[in-house]
Amino acid sequence: MPDLAALERLADIVGAGDDSVVVAQVHTDRRSEIQVRPDAVVESLERLRSQGYQHLMSLHGVDYYPEEPRFGVIYELLSFELQDRVTVKVRVPLSDPHVASVTGKWPTASFQEREVFDMFGVVFVGHPDMRRILLPDDYIGHPQRRDFPVGGEPVLFTGNEQRNPGWWK
Amino acid sequence: MSTDDEKRDGPVPEDGEATTGSREHDAPATQGERERGAEIADETDATTPSGIAATAVQERSEREAEWEELAKRYRADEATIDFSSQLGAVATQDETELLTINMGPHHPATHGVLRLLTTLEGEVIRDVKPIIGYLHTGIEKTAEDKAYWKVIPVVERMDYLAYYFNAMAYCGAVEELLGVEVPKRAQYLRVIHLELNRIMSHLVWLGTTMLDLGAISILWYAFRERETVLDLFEYSSGQRMHTRYFQIGGVVEDIPAGWDKKLQRFLDEMPTRLDQYEAMLSKNEIILQRLKNVGVLDAQRLQEWGVTGPLLRAAGVPWDLRKATPYSSYEDFDFKVPVGTIGDNYDRYAVRIAEMRESVKIIQQALNGLPEGPTITEDRKVALPPRHELATSMEALIHHFKLVTEGMRVPEGESYFPIEGPRGELGCFVRSDGSSKPARVHMRDPSFVNLQAFGDMARGEYIADMIATLACLDPLLGGIDR
Repeated sequence: MPDLAALERLADIVGAGDDSVVVAQVHTDRRSEIQVRPDAVVESLERLRSQGYQHLMSLHGVDYYPEEPRFGVIYELLSFELQDRVTVKVRVPLSDPHVASVTGKWPTASFQEREVFDMFGVVFVGHPDMRRILLPDDYIGHPQRRDFPVGGEPVLFTGNEQRNPGWWK
Repeated sequence: MSTDDEKRDGPVPEDGEATTGSREHDAPATQGERERGAEIADETDATTPSGIAATAVQERSEREAEWEELAKRYRADEATIDFSSQLGAVATQDETELLTINMGPHHPATHGVLRLLTTLEGEVIRDVKPIIGYLHTGIEKTAEDKAYWKVIPVVERMDYLAYYFNAMAYCGAVEELLGVEVPKRAQYLRVIHLELNRIMSHLVWLGTTMLDLGAISILWYAFRERETVLDLFEYSSGQRMHTRYFQIGGVVEDIPAGWDKKLQRFLDEMPTRLDQYEAMLSKNEIILQRLKNVGVLDAQRLQEWGVTGPLLRAAGVPWDLRKATPYSSYEDFDFKVPVGTIGDNYDRYAVRIAEMRESVKIIQQALNGLPEGPTITEDRKVALPPRHELATSMEALIHHFKLVTEGMRVPEGESYFPIEGPRGELGCFVRSDGSSKPARVHMRDPSFVNLQAFGDMARGEYIADMIATLACLDPLLGGIDR
């Protein structure tokens, strides 16, 4: 994990002279994080790749409800050479949940972006196959959202639940 | 896929006759066969990556040469076979006829409820799309509704062959948020159980993979040793699977008396058992023919797909998180990272066998150097107080009550804790909002990510080799769907 000075240097490189790209930096004991603008994520990851952070190890979503912007997409980058990790995060609101897809440069993101879409409803612009991956295609709702209740799932094949619960309305 | 099509499309329109057209249709498969036959010959002539050729005696190489000669003749004969009369109009009408067949989700060779949508040209895979989600149980959502220490049993059930790893990744992430120091003895006990779990997981892989290739007897041998490991788990934690042995801040209790002797017996026995497996498999011509030069994918492409673990090491990249960023005292142990050369199924097999040997070494060192001391952190806000304190200490009783009813409160923050699972990087992301329940638990499961590379591995192979490749990929559907 880069130390505070290294993180600032990386944030400068990610920003590349444009102040609006880097939204925030977070540095804790075990984690360095650069938050960037949703539409600038591909360039940001490219610039970090040129610094050695070549591998996108994990891409996952977070719901910060009731904070705004509500959704977070987190990119865990790894450098084999430096044996080091850095995190990139984007935040998008519920009203406009669109993030640029990185599948073109990091094919590994393909399944993971679909999972984030499936679970949170964040749409990755430019993904070649933006469908649900774990849940059925006709499923309504995005269950990992914090305001999605646990339970209330209509039970299939029992014949006992004729009525649609309708909790998603 | 496109390059093959272009190659094939070239000569076909020039041929007027239907019969030659049909032979052109057969050509890609038979050409591939011939190439493969030649490749196998080259492989065994030169120094093979494995240790087999190195140790082979003169007599053996002569026999191999003889066999190769026979194989070449057989391949040549095979290439001349014309199926046009048998297959009739279907095969001759359209040279680009592709057949899409569905495989699974309930197929014994898909290692779980995995569905494969395969596009075939004859017997050759032109495309394969894995369709997943049949085992989705919403564990990540369930975890958000449970106190931190109650999450451990549910995350253990994600990758159901690597339950200690799931618990380790989750506990590590929460410990990072809490800033809790794990006692040395607990770290060593964790290493012992993790490596036993790795051996157990690889043994299941070995047995089921060889079963897919037709070697049935190895399954019973592999599962016999697996039972020994499961007995050890049962002895130390009370459960054979999903043991819930790892706690936040340490392990749930010390190993029972006599456990170390049982473990020592297993450690003495395991290398000879591995020798026996290798005697059955590594010199078996059928197994070698089925594994070598099959499912090859180079390191760069694997890394683009985010593949880690034995699959990446088989392609020659010595990346192991236990070495690169040691956690839980892995820096104390002396072990090697086995790597392959070209990244075919044989390398994947050899790397996993070698990993089991290294795991035995690690366990032996951890057992010999097992330090004395507590097995869980002394922090009363995180770990339950010892039972005897409850009768005498009011504070202990309060801590016990708070932990059991509400659970621990974890400071706000996020952490991602990656460890080296049996299938690759197993990372757990935990976000805390300051309450006693995690706001988000996400498991970066290696099977889920590795499965994406499967299409690239299987394309251009025979359908039977696709089964072998899938088995050597070692996907765990519980981990993929979560």
